[in-house]
Amino acid sequence: MNTDTHAAHADDHHHDDGHAHGTFSTYMLGFALSVVLTAIPFWLVMSGALPSKQITALVIMAFAVVQIVVHMIYFLHMSPKSENGWSMMALIFTIVMVVIALSGSLWVMNHLNSNMMPMHEMTGMK
Amino acid sequence: MTVAVNPSQTGEPVFYLADEHPHPEGYSTSLGFWIYLMSDCLIFAMLFAAFGVLGANYAAGPAPKDLFELPLVAVNTSMLLLSSITYGFAMLTMQQNKTAQTQMWLAITGLFGLAFIGIELSEFTHMIYEGATPQRSAFLSAFFTLVGTHGLHVSCGLIWLVTLMVQVWKFGLIEANRRRLMCLSMFWHFLDVVWIGVFTFVYLLGVLR
Repeated sequence: MNTDTHAAHADDHHHDDGHAHGTFSTYMLGFALSVVLTAIPFWLVMSGALPSKQITALVIMAFAVVQIVVHMIYFLHMSPKSENGWSMMALIFTIVMVVIALSGSLWVMNHLNSNMMPMHEMTGMK
Repeated sequence: MTVAVNPSQTGEPVFYLADEHPHPEGYSTSLGFWIYLMSDCLIFAMLFAAFGVLGANYAAGPAPKDLFELPLVAVNTSMLLLSSITYGFAMLTMQQNKTAQTQMWLAITGLFGLAFIGIELSEFTHMIYEGATPQRSAFLSAFFTLVGTHGLHVSCGLIWLVTLMVQVWKFGLIEANRRRLMCLSMFWHFLDVVWIGVFTFVYLLGVLR
């Protein structure tokens, strides 16, 4: 093991077999971050601290994304190096698929909703 | 087609079988299991997409604001988060070959998981009792499908957990059991990741709407 890289990543415990393990401190750090990242969105919605609903929605979505990344790193031990990079490739592919499917569905269905007239309004026009 | 030809001195072609060198047992299990999790992620993405499209179609029925109790959801979220960290402790004690402590942390994880399922089921029965059944509106169909699929995954994880506890009890922390516990660890943490999406997009954004 290279001592330089080890010193640079003191909390990185990646072995050469490609399996990453956490330590007590990385698990606790991940847990503490998750608690904070969960508590703040709940508090924001339950107290209505932010004036606009739109801003609250954007903020809690940002918190969710950050918390997912935290879980990926501290609980699922994702790193670009694990499994020689193949698990990261699978993850990136999945994220691309998920983004296309989610944004595509919402976009298309919203267009349909705003451009197509509902049936009952159509019959009322005759 | 075999084209690996290497003429030897006699002029006769020599064919080689391109055989992979042998790997130890379980060599590719974690990558394979990761790819399964990614395909499971796509299932949840489709259910999220369906909920995103149908989530506002109440059909004059109850809306998220009338149904969801955020304090209960917060308790449920903490149950799952606590079960994640206790599973982490089980993995840490497993690495130190402490069988009894591993079993204890697995049991605690199971109890938190059971509490999560219990709270979710009581929430479901309460909603159905109030008439908010999956048949009531497109929103409720999408809600029960998405949250129910997640709950089903957690239930399967619990069955798997008990199975592995019996395995560890009978055979100890042998290499195969370590591999299985690692797979369940990925599964369990993955379900927690999916739950982040559920409580954000279904519960918090639903109540906000």
